[in-house]
Amino acid sequence: MISREEVERTAALAHLTLTDQELEKMTGELASILDAVSSLQEVDTSAVVPTNHAVPLENVMRRDEQKPGLSRDEAVANGPDVVQSFFRVPRIMEEE
Amino acid sequence: MKLHTLEAWSLRDLIRDGSVTSTDIVESFLDQIRARDAEIGAYITVCGEQALEAAKHSDERRREGRTLSDWDGIPAAIKDNISVKGVANTCGSHMLAQYHAPYDAHVVSLLKQAGMPILGKTNMDEFAMGSSTEFSALKTTRNPWDRQKVPGGSSGGSAAAVASHQAPWALGSDTGGSVREPAAFCGLVGIKPTYGRVSRRGLVAFASSLDQIGMLTHSVRDGAALLQLLAGHDELDSTSVRREVPSYESVLGAGASGLRVGLLGGASQQGLQPEIHEALEQAACFLADQGAEIQEHAFPLLDKAIETYYLVATAEASSNLARYDGVRYGLRVEGSDTGEMFRRTRSEGFGPEVKRRIMLGTYALSAGYYEAYYRKAQQVRTMIRDGFLELFEKVDVLLGPTTAASAFGFGEKPDPLQMYLTDIYTVPANLAGLPAIHVPVGLDHGGLPIGLQITASPFAETNALRSAAVLETFARNRGWNR
Repeated sequence: MISREEVERTAALAHLTLTDQELEKMTGELASILDAVSSLQEVDTSAVVPTNHAVPLENVMRRDEQKPGLSRDEAVANGPDVVQSFFRVPRIMEEE
Repeated sequence: MKLHTLEAWSLRDLIRDGSVTSTDIVESFLDQIRARDAEIGAYITVCGEQALEAAKHSDERRREGRTLSDWDGIPAAIKDNISVKGVANTCGSHMLAQYHAPYDAHVVSLLKQAGMPILGKTNMDEFAMGSSTEFSALKTTRNPWDRQKVPGGSSGGSAAAVASHQAPWALGSDTGGSVREPAAFCGLVGIKPTYGRVSRRGLVAFASSLDQIGMLTHSVRDGAALLQLLAGHDELDSTSVRREVPSYESVLGAGASGLRVGLLGGASQQGLQPEIHEALEQAACFLADQGAEIQEHAFPLLDKAIETYYLVATAEASSNLARYDGVRYGLRVEGSDTGEMFRRTRSEGFGPEVKRRIMLGTYALSAGYYEAYYRKAQQVRTMIRDGFLELFEKVDVLLGPTTAASAFGFGEKPDPLQMYLTDIYTVPANLAGLPAIHVPVGLDHGGLPIGLQITASPFAETNALRSAAVLETFARNRGWNR
Protein backbone atom coordinates (compact mmCIF):
# COMPACT_ATOMS: atom_id res chain seq x y z
CA MET A 1 0.00 0.00 0.00
CA ILE A 2 1.42 3.38 -1.02
CA SER A 3 1.87 5.78 1.88
CA ARG A 4 1.26 9.49 2.01
CA GLU A 5 5.03 10.01 2.36
CA GLU A 6 5.69 8.01 -0.82
CA VAL A 7 3.13 10.11 -2.67
CA GLU A 8 4.87 13.27 -1.43
CA ARG A 9 8.25 11.94 -2.52
CA THR A 10 6.87 11.00 -5.96
CA ALA A 11 5.31 14.48 -6.36
CA ALA A 12 8.71 16.01 -5.61
CA LEU A 13 10.33 13.80 -8.29
CA ALA A 14 7.67 14.95 -10.78
CA HIS A 15 8.04 18.65 -9.81
CA LEU A 16 4.43 18.83 -8.66
CA THR A 17 3.20 20.54 -5.52
CA LEU A 18 0.07 18.95 -4.12
CA THR A 19 -2.17 20.63 -1.56
CA ASP A 20 -3.06 18.64 1.56
CA GLN A 21 -6.43 17.88 0.04
CA GLU A 22 -4.89 16.77 -3.29
CA LEU A 23 -2.36 14.65 -1.43
CA GLU A 24 -5.10 12.90 0.49
CA LYS A 25 -7.14 12.18 -2.64
CA MET A 26 -4.10 11.18 -4.72
CA THR A 27 -2.93 8.71 -2.06
CA GLY A 28 -6.29 6.94 -2.10
CA GLU A 29 -6.53 6.92 -5.90
CA LEU A 30 -2.98 5.72 -6.48
CA ALA A 31 -3.48 3.01 -3.86
CA SER A 32 -6.51 1.61 -5.64
CA ILE A 33 -4.87 1.87 -9.11
CA LEU A 34 -1.69 0.17 -7.84
CA ASP A 35 -3.80 -2.49 -6.19
CA ALA A 36 -5.50 -3.18 -9.53
CA VAL A 37 -2.30 -3.28 -11.59
CA SER A 38 -0.53 -5.53 -9.08
CA SER A 39 -2.49 -8.45 -10.58
CA LEU A 40 0.29 -8.45 -13.20
CA GLN A 41 2.43 -10.20 -10.57
CA GLU A 42 0.37 -13.34 -11.24
CA VAL A 43 1.86 -13.61 -14.75
CA ASP A 44 5.01 -15.72 -15.02
CA THR A 45 7.45 -13.57 -16.99
CA SER A 46 10.66 -15.29 -15.90
CA ALA A 47 12.06 -15.83 -19.41
CA VAL A 48 10.44 -12.89 -21.16
CA VAL A 49 12.32 -10.01 -22.74
CA PRO A 50 10.62 -6.64 -22.12
CA THR A 51 9.14 -4.79 -25.12
CA ASN A 52 9.98 -1.12 -25.52
CA HIS A 53 8.44 -0.71 -28.93
CA ALA A 54 5.74 -2.75 -30.62
CA VAL A 55 7.46 -2.59 -34.00
CA PRO A 56 11.12 -3.61 -34.15
CA LEU A 57 13.20 -0.47 -34.59
CA GLU A 58 16.49 -0.04 -36.35
CA ASN A 59 19.08 2.59 -35.77
CA VAL A 60 18.53 5.32 -38.35
CA MET A 61 21.56 6.98 -39.97
CA ARG A 62 21.67 10.02 -42.20
CA ARG A 63 24.28 12.27 -43.72
CA ASP A 64 25.30 15.20 -41.58
CA GLU A 65 24.13 17.87 -44.00
CA GLN A 66 22.77 21.32 -43.39
CA LYS A 67 19.09 21.66 -44.23
CA PRO A 68 16.64 24.51 -43.81
CA GLY A 69 14.78 24.41 -40.48
CA LEU A 70 13.07 26.78 -38.08
CA SER A 71 14.72 30.17 -37.77
CA ARG A 72 15.99 31.20 -34.36
CA ASP A 73 13.10 33.62 -33.91
CA GLU A 74 10.50 31.03 -34.91
CA ALA A 75 12.05 28.48 -32.58
CA VAL A 76 11.77 30.71 -29.52
CA ALA A 77 8.52 32.49 -30.47
CA ASN A 78 6.50 30.49 -27.90
CA GLY A 79 8.86 31.28 -25.03
CA PRO A 80 7.12 32.85 -22.02
CA ASP A 81 10.05 35.22 -21.40
CA VAL A 82 12.41 35.72 -24.34
CA VAL A 83 15.21 38.28 -24.47
CA GLN A 84 17.17 38.56 -27.74
CA SER A 85 16.23 34.98 -28.62
CA PHE A 86 17.34 33.67 -25.22
CA PHE A 87 14.95 32.21 -22.64
CA ARG A 88 15.13 34.19 -19.43
CA VAL A 89 14.66 32.17 -16.21
CA PRO A 90 14.90 33.06 -12.53
CA ARG A 91 18.40 33.33 -11.10
CA ILE A 92 19.93 29.91 -10.45
CA MET A 93 23.09 31.09 -8.63
CA GLU A 94 23.56 33.49 -5.77
CA GLU A 95 25.14 36.84 -6.55
CA GLU A 96 28.76 37.23 -5.38
CA MET B 1 -28.18 20.40 -51.49
CA LYS B 2 -26.84 19.98 -47.97
CA LEU B 3 -23.18 19.50 -48.81
CA HIS B 4 -22.11 19.19 -45.19
CA THR B 5 -24.13 15.98 -44.73
CA LEU B 6 -22.21 14.11 -47.44
CA GLU B 7 -19.28 11.74 -46.99
CA ALA B 8 -15.95 12.90 -48.45
CA TRP B 9 -16.22 10.55 -51.44
CA SER B 10 -19.50 12.11 -52.54
CA LEU B 11 -18.04 15.60 -52.15
CA ARG B 12 -15.09 14.53 -54.26
CA ASP B 13 -17.42 13.28 -57.03
CA LEU B 14 -19.41 16.53 -56.99
CA ILE B 15 -16.36 18.74 -57.09
CA ARG B 16 -14.84 16.67 -59.86
CA ASP B 17 -17.82 16.87 -62.19
CA GLY B 18 -17.95 20.60 -61.60
CA SER B 19 -21.32 20.78 -59.85
CA VAL B 20 -19.84 22.38 -56.72
CA THR B 21 -16.67 24.28 -55.82
CA SER B 22 -14.40 23.87 -52.83
CA THR B 23 -15.64 27.28 -51.68
CA ASP B 24 -19.23 25.97 -51.69
CA ILE B 25 -18.16 22.98 -49.61
CA VAL B 26 -16.08 24.91 -47.09
CA GLU B 27 -18.83 27.54 -46.72
CA SER B 28 -21.36 24.80 -46.10
CA PHE B 29 -19.25 23.36 -43.25
CA LEU B 30 -18.51 26.80 -41.78
CA ASP B 31 -22.26 27.54 -41.82
CA GLN B 32 -22.88 24.28 -40.01
CA ILE B 33 -20.18 25.12 -37.44
CA ARG B 34 -21.87 28.49 -36.80
CA ALA B 35 -25.25 26.77 -36.48
CA ARG B 36 -24.25 23.78 -34.33
CA ASP B 37 -21.01 24.22 -32.45
CA ALA B 38 -22.27 26.46 -29.67
CA GLU B 39 -24.33 23.44 -28.63
CA ILE B 40 -21.87 20.62 -29.47
CA GLY B 41 -18.52 22.22 -28.57
CA ALA B 42 -16.42 20.20 -31.02
CA TYR B 43 -13.92 22.88 -31.99
CA ILE B 44 -11.39 24.75 -29.88
CA THR B 45 -10.25 26.84 -32.86
CA VAL B 46 -12.11 27.40 -36.13
CA CYS B 47 -9.85 28.45 -39.01
CA GLY B 48 -12.62 29.99 -41.14
CA GLU B 49 -10.60 32.57 -43.05
CA GLN B 50 -7.67 30.28 -43.78
CA ALA B 51 -10.04 27.50 -44.88
CA LEU B 52 -11.87 29.83 -47.29
CA GLU B 53 -8.57 31.12 -48.62
CA ALA B 54 -7.36 27.55 -49.20
CA ALA B 55 -10.70 26.73 -50.90
CA LYS B 56 -10.31 29.73 -53.20
CA HIS B 57 -6.84 28.55 -54.23
CA SER B 58 -8.19 25.05 -54.79
CA ASP B 59 -10.93 26.38 -57.05
CA GLU B 60 -8.37 28.37 -59.04
CA ARG B 61 -6.23 25.27 -59.49
CA ARG B 62 -9.22 23.27 -60.64
CA ARG B 63 -10.22 25.92 -63.18
CA GLU B 64 -6.68 25.87 -64.52
CA GLY B 65 -6.52 22.09 -64.64
CA ARG B 66 -3.71 21.71 -62.09
CA THR B 67 -5.38 20.09 -59.09
CA LEU B 68 -2.99 18.64 -56.53
CA SER B 69 -4.86 15.38 -55.81
CA ASP B 70 -8.25 13.68 -55.97
CA TRP B 71 -9.04 15.36 -52.67
CA ASP B 72 -8.06 18.89 -53.66
CA GLY B 73 -10.60 21.23 -52.07
CA ILE B 74 -12.10 18.73 -49.59
CA PRO B 75 -11.64 20.09 -46.05
CA ALA B 76 -10.76 18.26 -42.82
CA ALA B 77 -10.74 18.90 -39.06
CA ILE B 78 -7.66 18.20 -36.93
CA LYS B 79 -7.39 17.17 -33.28
CA ASP B 80 -5.81 19.88 -31.16
CA ASN B 81 -2.65 17.88 -30.44
CA ILE B 82 -1.62 17.71 -34.12
CA SER B 83 0.38 20.77 -35.18
CA VAL B 84 -0.93 23.17 -37.83
CA LYS B 85 1.59 25.94 -38.43
CA GLY B 86 0.62 29.26 -36.89
CA VAL B 87 -2.53 27.85 -35.26
CA ALA B 88 -3.07 27.25 -31.53
CA ASN B 89 -2.26 23.68 -30.48
CA THR B 90 -3.68 23.53 -26.97
CA CYS B 91 -3.88 19.75 -26.32
CA GLY B 92 -6.96 20.70 -24.29
CA SER B 93 -4.67 22.04 -21.55
CA HIS B 94 -4.12 25.34 -19.76
CA MET B 95 -0.44 24.50 -20.12
CA LEU B 96 -0.56 25.08 -23.91
CA ALA B 97 -3.55 27.43 -24.15
CA GLN B 98 -1.33 30.17 -25.64
CA TYR B 99 0.98 27.91 -27.66
CA HIS B 100 0.99 28.24 -31.45
CA ALA B 101 2.58 25.46 -33.50
CA PRO B 102 5.72 26.69 -35.30
CA TYR B 103 5.50 23.99 -38.00
CA ASP B 104 3.05 21.60 -39.66
CA ALA B 105 2.80 18.00 -38.49
CA HIS B 106 3.86 15.63 -41.27
CA VAL B 107 0.24 14.52 -41.76
CA VAL B 108 -0.90 18.15 -41.98
CA SER B 109 1.76 18.87 -44.64
CA LEU B 110 0.42 15.90 -46.58
CA LEU B 111 -3.16 17.21 -46.37
CA LYS B 112 -2.01 20.66 -47.49
CA GLN B 113 0.04 19.16 -50.33
CA ALA B 114 -3.13 17.36 -51.42
CA GLY B 115 -4.89 20.75 -51.52
CA MET B 116 -7.12 20.18 -48.51
CA PRO B 117 -8.32 23.15 -46.42
CA ILE B 118 -8.14 22.83 -42.60
CA LEU B 119 -11.44 23.74 -40.94
CA GLY B 120 -10.11 23.93 -37.40
CA LYS B 121 -8.75 22.20 -34.32
CA THR B 122 -10.93 19.94 -32.20
CA ASN B 123 -11.40 19.48 -28.46
CA MET B 124 -9.85 16.57 -26.57
CA ASP B 125 -9.09 15.22 -23.12
CA GLU B 126 -6.09 17.10 -21.74
CA PHE B 127 -2.94 15.71 -23.45
CA ALA B 128 -5.17 12.91 -24.83
CA MET B 129 -5.56 11.38 -21.37
CA GLY B 130 -9.15 10.28 -21.00
CA SER B 131 -12.04 8.41 -22.61
CA SER B 132 -14.82 11.00 -22.59
CA THR B 133 -13.29 14.45 -23.39
CA GLU B 134 -14.52 15.45 -19.91
CA PHE B 135 -10.86 16.06 -18.99
CA SER B 136 -10.47 18.91 -21.49
CA ALA B 137 -9.44 21.94 -19.44
CA LEU B 138 -10.89 24.26 -22.08
CA LYS B 139 -14.44 23.23 -22.97
CA THR B 140 -17.18 20.59 -22.91
CA THR B 141 -17.96 18.53 -26.00
CA ARG B 142 -21.38 16.88 -26.26
CA ASN B 143 -22.38 13.75 -28.14
CA PRO B 144 -24.39 14.82 -31.23
CA TRP B 145 -26.65 11.75 -30.82
CA ASP B 146 -27.62 12.71 -27.26
CA ARG B 147 -26.30 15.89 -25.68
CA GLN B 148 -26.52 14.38 -22.20
CA LYS B 149 -23.88 11.83 -23.22
CA VAL B 150 -20.13 12.17 -23.67
CA PRO B 151 -18.69 11.95 -27.20
CA GLY B 152 -15.99 9.53 -26.04
CA GLY B 153 -12.33 10.46 -25.92
CA SER B 154 -9.76 11.48 -26.14
CA SER B 155 -10.53 12.50 -29.77
CA GLY B 156 -14.06 13.49 -28.73
CA GLY B 157 -14.01 16.84 -30.55
CA SER B 158 -13.02 15.20 -33.84
CA ALA B 159 -15.74 12.56 -33.46
CA ALA B 160 -18.41 15.10 -32.52
CA ALA B 161 -17.37 17.40 -35.40
CA VAL B 162 -17.80 14.65 -37.99
CA ALA B 163 -20.97 13.18 -36.43
CA SER B 164 -22.64 16.62 -36.34
CA HIS B 165 -21.52 17.34 -39.94
CA GLN B 166 -19.19 20.14 -38.95
CA ALA B 167 -16.41 18.40 -40.92
CA PRO B 168 -16.56 15.62 -43.54
CA TRP B 169 -13.76 13.78 -41.76
CA ALA B 170 -11.17 14.40 -39.08
CA LEU B 171 -7.81 13.30 -37.73
CA GLY B 172 -7.40 12.05 -34.19
CA SER B 173 -4.73 10.25 -32.19
CA ASP B 174 -5.08 6.81 -30.63
CA THR B 175 -2.84 5.81 -27.71
CA GLY B 176 -5.22 3.33 -26.06
CA GLY B 177 -8.42 3.70 -28.10
CA SER B 178 -8.72 7.47 -28.43
CA VAL B 179 -9.89 7.27 -32.08
CA ARG B 180 -11.91 4.05 -31.91
CA GLU B 181 -13.85 4.71 -28.70
CA PRO B 182 -15.15 8.16 -29.73
CA ALA B 183 -15.92 6.70 -33.19
CA ALA B 184 -17.98 4.04 -31.38
CA PHE B 185 -19.82 6.57 -29.22
CA CYS B 186 -20.57 8.86 -32.19
CA GLY B 187 -21.43 6.25 -34.88
CA LEU B 188 -18.36 6.73 -37.09
CA VAL B 189 -15.67 4.61 -38.67
CA GLY B 190 -12.46 4.99 -36.64
CA ILE B 191 -9.10 3.74 -37.88
CA LYS B 192 -5.97 3.21 -35.81
CA PRO B 193 -3.21 2.24 -38.25
CA THR B 194 -0.26 -0.02 -37.41
CA TYR B 195 2.31 1.69 -35.19
CA GLY B 196 4.80 3.29 -37.59
CA ARG B 197 2.50 3.32 -40.63
CA VAL B 198 1.72 7.05 -40.27
CA SER B 199 4.30 9.59 -39.12
CA ARG B 200 3.85 11.02 -35.62
CA ARG B 201 5.99 14.11 -36.26
CA GLY B 202 4.08 17.13 -35.02
CA LEU B 203 1.76 15.04 -32.83
CA VAL B 204 2.32 16.14 -29.23
CA ALA B 205 3.70 13.07 -27.45
CA PHE B 206 1.69 11.27 -24.75
CA ALA B 207 3.09 7.71 -24.75
CA SER B 208 5.54 7.46 -27.63
CA SER B 209 5.54 3.68 -28.07
CA LEU B 210 1.71 3.60 -28.24
CA ASP B 211 0.66 6.89 -29.93
CA GLN B 212 -0.61 6.66 -33.49
CA ILE B 213 -2.50 9.17 -35.65
CA GLY B 214 -5.84 7.86 -36.91
CA MET B 215 -8.93 8.85 -38.89
CA LEU B 216 -12.61 9.44 -38.04
CA THR B 217 -14.89 9.17 -41.07
CA HIS B 218 -18.48 8.46 -42.14
CA SER B 219 -17.56 5.39 -44.18
CA VAL B 220 -14.89 2.74 -44.61
CA ARG B 221 -14.02 4.05 -48.07
CA ASP B 222 -13.48 7.56 -46.68
CA GLY B 223 -11.22 6.04 -44.02
CA ALA B 224 -9.29 4.07 -46.63
CA ALA B 225 -8.82 7.21 -48.74
CA LEU B 226 -7.55 9.28 -45.82
CA LEU B 227 -5.20 6.49 -44.71
CA GLN B 228 -3.91 6.27 -48.29
CA LEU B 229 -3.04 9.97 -48.18
CA LEU B 230 -1.23 9.79 -44.85
CA ALA B 231 0.52 6.39 -44.78
CA GLY B 232 4.21 6.25 -45.55
CA HIS B 233 7.71 6.89 -44.33
CA ASP B 234 8.81 10.23 -42.89
CA GLU B 235 12.53 10.66 -42.48
CA LEU B 236 11.95 13.00 -39.54
CA ASP B 237 10.06 10.34 -37.53
CA SER B 238 12.55 7.57 -36.82
CA THR B 239 9.72 5.23 -35.77
CA SER B 240 7.86 5.61 -39.05
CA VAL B 241 8.43 2.54 -41.15
CA ARG B 242 10.10 2.29 -44.54
CA ARG B 243 7.65 -0.04 -46.15
CA GLU B 244 5.61 0.09 -49.32
CA VAL B 245 2.06 1.41 -48.93
CA PRO B 246 -0.45 -0.90 -50.62
CA SER B 247 -3.62 0.30 -52.33
CA TYR B 248 -6.28 0.45 -49.62
CA GLU B 249 -9.20 1.36 -51.84
CA SER B 250 -8.72 -1.63 -54.13
CA VAL B 251 -9.39 -4.18 -51.34
CA LEU B 252 -12.72 -2.71 -50.26
CA GLY B 253 -14.79 -4.81 -52.66
CA ALA B 254 -12.92 -8.07 -52.07
CA GLY B 255 -15.66 -9.53 -49.84
CA ALA B 256 -15.27 -12.10 -47.10
CA SER B 257 -14.72 -15.22 -49.16
CA GLY B 258 -11.80 -17.21 -47.76
CA LEU B 259 -11.19 -14.69 -44.99
CA ARG B 260 -10.20 -16.31 -41.68
CA VAL B 261 -11.98 -14.46 -38.88
CA GLY B 262 -11.14 -15.08 -35.23
CA LEU B 263 -13.48 -14.57 -32.28
CA LEU B 264 -12.09 -14.38 -28.76
CA GLY B 265 -14.15 -16.04 -26.08
CA GLY B 266 -13.56 -16.01 -22.37
CA ALA B 267 -13.99 -13.66 -19.48
CA SER B 268 -13.06 -10.54 -21.43
CA GLN B 269 -16.26 -10.81 -23.46
CA GLN B 270 -18.49 -10.84 -20.39
CA GLY B 271 -20.35 -7.75 -19.34
CA LEU B 272 -21.08 -6.62 -22.89
CA GLN B 273 -24.24 -4.61 -23.48
CA PRO B 274 -26.69 -7.24 -24.83
CA GLU B 275 -27.20 -5.38 -28.11
CA ILE B 276 -23.43 -5.30 -28.77
CA HIS B 277 -23.18 -8.99 -27.93
CA GLU B 278 -26.04 -9.74 -30.29
CA ALA B 279 -24.52 -7.63 -33.08
CA LEU B 280 -21.24 -9.50 -32.64
CA GLU B 281 -22.91 -12.88 -33.03
CA GLN B 282 -24.94 -11.72 -36.03
CA ALA B 283 -21.88 -10.19 -37.68
CA ALA B 284 -20.00 -13.48 -37.30
CA CYS B 285 -22.92 -15.31 -38.97
CA PHE B 286 -23.02 -12.74 -41.75
CA LEU B 287 -19.28 -13.10 -42.39
CA ALA B 288 -19.69 -16.89 -42.46
CA ASP B 289 -22.56 -16.55 -44.95
CA GLN B 290 -20.29 -14.42 -47.11
CA GLY B 291 -17.72 -17.20 -47.20
CA ALA B 292 -15.49 -16.36 -44.24
CA GLU B 293 -14.11 -19.09 -42.03
CA ILE B 294 -14.97 -18.34 -38.39
CA GLN B 295 -12.62 -19.65 -35.71
CA GLU B 296 -12.90 -19.36 -31.96
CA HIS B 297 -9.79 -18.78 -29.92
CA ALA B 298 -8.87 -18.06 -26.33
CA PHE B 299 -6.43 -15.34 -25.29
CA PRO B 300 -6.68 -15.24 -21.48
CA LEU B 301 -3.68 -12.91 -21.11
CA LEU B 302 -5.76 -10.08 -22.62
CA ASP B 303 -7.43 -9.85 -19.20
CA LYS B 304 -4.16 -8.18 -18.12
CA ALA B 305 -4.06 -5.70 -21.01
CA ILE B 306 -5.54 -2.76 -19.08
CA GLU B 307 -3.08 -3.17 -16.21
CA THR B 308 -0.17 -3.44 -18.64
CA TYR B 309 -1.34 -0.46 -20.63
CA TYR B 310 -1.81 1.88 -17.69
CA LEU B 311 1.70 1.18 -16.42
CA VAL B 312 3.44 1.53 -19.79
CA ALA B 313 1.40 4.58 -20.88
CA THR B 314 1.78 6.50 -17.63
CA ALA B 315 5.50 5.75 -17.37
CA GLU B 316 6.05 7.12 -20.87
CA ALA B 317 3.75 10.06 -20.18
CA SER B 318 5.59 11.03 -17.01
CA SER B 319 8.79 11.21 -19.04
CA ASN B 320 7.26 12.98 -22.08
CA LEU B 321 5.48 15.60 -19.97
CA ALA B 322 8.65 16.50 -18.09
CA ARG B 323 9.24 19.01 -20.92
CA TYR B 324 6.53 21.33 -19.58
CA ASP B 325 8.64 23.37 -17.22
CA GLY B 326 7.72 26.95 -18.12
CA VAL B 327 11.05 27.67 -19.84
CA ARG B 328 10.70 27.26 -23.61
CA TYR B 329 6.98 27.28 -24.36
CA GLY B 330 3.59 27.07 -22.73
CA LEU B 331 2.51 28.40 -19.38
CA ARG B 332 4.98 29.89 -16.92
CA VAL B 333 4.09 30.69 -13.34
CA GLU B 334 6.95 32.73 -11.82
CA GLY B 335 8.76 31.58 -8.71
CA SER B 336 11.66 32.79 -6.59
CA ASP B 337 13.98 30.21 -8.18
CA THR B 338 13.77 27.82 -11.12
CA GLY B 339 12.68 24.88 -8.94
CA GLU B 340 9.74 26.85 -7.60
CA MET B 341 8.93 28.07 -11.12
CA PHE B 342 8.85 24.45 -12.40
CA ARG B 343 6.60 23.29 -9.57
CA ARG B 344 4.19 26.23 -9.77
CA THR B 345 3.98 26.03 -13.55
CA ARG B 346 3.28 22.30 -13.55
CA SER B 347 0.92 22.36 -10.56
CA GLU B 348 -1.22 25.13 -12.08
CA GLY B 349 -0.87 24.10 -15.74
CA PHE B 350 -1.87 20.43 -15.50
CA GLY B 351 -5.36 19.18 -14.65
CA PRO B 352 -6.17 16.36 -12.21
CA GLU B 353 -6.06 13.41 -14.64
CA VAL B 354 -2.73 14.47 -16.12
CA LYS B 355 -1.28 14.87 -12.62
CA ARG B 356 -2.62 11.45 -11.64
CA ARG B 357 -0.94 9.81 -14.63
CA ILE B 358 2.33 11.67 -14.14
CA MET B 359 2.31 10.52 -10.51
CA LEU B 360 1.53 6.91 -11.37
CA GLY B 361 4.19 6.86 -14.12
CA THR B 362 6.81 8.53 -11.94
CA TYR B 363 6.11 6.05 -9.16
CA ALA B 364 6.26 3.05 -11.54
CA LEU B 365 9.66 4.23 -12.81
CA SER B 366 11.14 5.17 -9.45
CA ALA B 367 13.91 3.26 -7.70
CA GLY B 368 12.57 0.22 -5.90
CA TYR B 369 9.39 -0.04 -7.99
CA TYR B 370 10.77 -0.10 -11.52
CA GLU B 371 11.18 -3.90 -11.61
CA ALA B 372 7.83 -4.70 -10.05
CA TYR B 373 5.77 -2.31 -12.15
CA TYR B 374 7.34 -0.91 -15.30
CA ARG B 375 9.60 -3.81 -16.26
CA LYS B 376 6.89 -6.34 -15.42
CA ALA B 377 4.42 -4.47 -17.64
CA GLN B 378 6.91 -4.42 -20.51
CA GLN B 379 7.37 -8.17 -20.16
CA VAL B 380 3.64 -8.83 -20.21
CA ARG B 381 3.49 -6.53 -23.22
CA THR B 382 5.93 -8.83 -25.01
CA MET B 383 3.72 -11.82 -24.18
CA ILE B 384 0.62 -10.03 -25.45
CA ARG B 385 2.35 -9.10 -28.69
CA ASP B 386 3.68 -12.65 -29.19
CA GLY B 387 0.21 -14.02 -28.45
CA PHE B 388 -1.28 -11.83 -31.18
CA LEU B 389 1.40 -12.75 -33.72
CA GLU B 390 0.74 -16.43 -33.02
CA LEU B 391 -3.01 -15.89 -33.45
CA PHE B 392 -2.48 -14.10 -36.74
CA GLU B 393 -0.86 -17.21 -38.15
CA LYS B 394 -4.26 -18.86 -37.85
CA VAL B 395 -6.59 -15.97 -38.64
CA ASP B 396 -6.47 -12.89 -40.90
CA VAL B 397 -8.52 -10.66 -38.62
CA LEU B 398 -10.12 -10.67 -35.19
CA LEU B 399 -13.71 -9.55 -34.74
CA GLY B 400 -14.81 -8.21 -31.38
CA PRO B 401 -16.36 -5.32 -29.50
CA THR B 402 -14.79 -1.84 -29.40
CA THR B 403 -16.53 -0.79 -26.19
CA ALA B 404 -18.57 -2.77 -23.68
CA ALA B 405 -21.46 -0.32 -23.99
CA SER B 406 -22.70 2.73 -25.90
CA ALA B 407 -21.90 6.31 -24.79
CA PHE B 408 -22.23 7.08 -21.07
CA GLY B 409 -23.49 10.24 -19.39
CA PHE B 410 -21.47 13.21 -18.11
CA GLY B 411 -20.04 12.56 -14.65
CA GLU B 412 -21.03 8.90 -14.79
CA LYS B 413 -17.47 7.63 -14.20
CA PRO B 414 -16.02 9.70 -11.35
CA ASP B 415 -13.60 6.96 -10.28
CA PRO B 416 -10.38 6.94 -12.39
CA LEU B 417 -10.26 3.13 -12.48
CA GLN B 418 -13.78 2.95 -13.86
CA MET B 419 -12.81 5.34 -16.64
CA TYR B 420 -9.68 3.29 -17.41
CA LEU B 421 -11.78 0.14 -17.79
CA THR B 422 -13.71 1.66 -20.73
CA ASP B 423 -10.51 1.06 -22.77
CA ILE B 424 -10.47 -2.68 -22.11
CA TYR B 425 -11.11 -3.70 -25.75
CA THR B 426 -9.03 -1.00 -27.40
CA VAL B 427 -5.67 -1.03 -25.57
CA PRO B 428 -4.49 -4.46 -26.83
CA ALA B 429 -4.02 -3.09 -30.39
CA ASN B 430 -1.82 -0.29 -29.06
CA LEU B 431 0.26 -2.59 -26.87
CA ALA B 432 0.96 -4.85 -29.85
CA GLY B 433 1.12 -2.04 -32.45
CA LEU B 434 -1.71 -3.57 -34.52
CA PRO B 435 -4.09 -1.86 -36.95
CA ALA B 436 -7.71 -1.80 -35.73
CA ILE B 437 -10.91 -0.33 -37.13
CA HIS B 438 -14.21 0.48 -35.48
CA VAL B 439 -17.28 0.07 -37.70
CA PRO B 440 -20.74 1.28 -36.59
CA VAL B 441 -23.43 -1.39 -37.02
CA GLY B 442 -26.60 0.07 -35.53
CA LEU B 443 -28.36 1.80 -32.65
CA ASP B 444 -29.19 0.49 -29.20
CA HIS B 445 -32.57 0.78 -27.46
CA GLY B 446 -31.67 4.30 -26.34
CA GLY B 447 -30.93 5.44 -29.90
CA LEU B 448 -27.16 5.53 -29.37
CA PRO B 449 -24.70 4.07 -31.90
CA ILE B 450 -23.07 0.70 -31.31
CA GLY B 451 -20.44 -1.03 -33.40
CA LEU B 452 -17.69 -3.61 -33.66
CA GLN B 453 -13.93 -3.72 -33.95
CA ILE B 454 -11.73 -5.45 -36.51
CA THR B 455 -8.08 -6.04 -35.62
CA ALA B 456 -5.40 -7.30 -38.01
CA SER B 457 -1.71 -8.19 -37.93
CA PRO B 458 0.94 -5.45 -38.24
CA PHE B 459 0.73 -3.64 -41.62
CA ALA B 460 -2.30 -5.73 -42.70
CA GLU B 461 -4.57 -2.68 -42.91
CA THR B 462 -5.77 -4.22 -46.19
CA ASN B 463 -7.29 -7.20 -44.32
CA ALA B 464 -8.83 -4.92 -41.71
CA LEU B 465 -10.35 -2.57 -44.32
CA ARG B 466 -11.62 -5.42 -46.45
CA SER B 467 -13.40 -6.91 -43.40
CA ALA B 468 -14.63 -3.50 -42.31
CA ALA B 469 -16.26 -3.00 -45.72
CA VAL B 470 -18.12 -6.31 -45.28
CA LEU B 471 -19.24 -5.20 -41.81
CA GLU B 472 -20.52 -2.00 -43.37
CA THR B 473 -22.75 -4.06 -45.67
CA PHE B 474 -23.87 -6.06 -42.64
CA ALA B 475 -24.74 -2.78 -40.89
CA ARG B 476 -26.70 -1.50 -43.87
CA ASN B 477 -28.67 -4.74 -44.01
CA ARG B 478 -29.61 -4.24 -40.35
CA GLY B 479 -30.92 -0.79 -41.17
CA TRP B 480 -27.93 1.33 -40.03
CA ASN B 481 -28.05 4.66 -41.80
CA ARG B 482 -25.65 7.35 -40.74
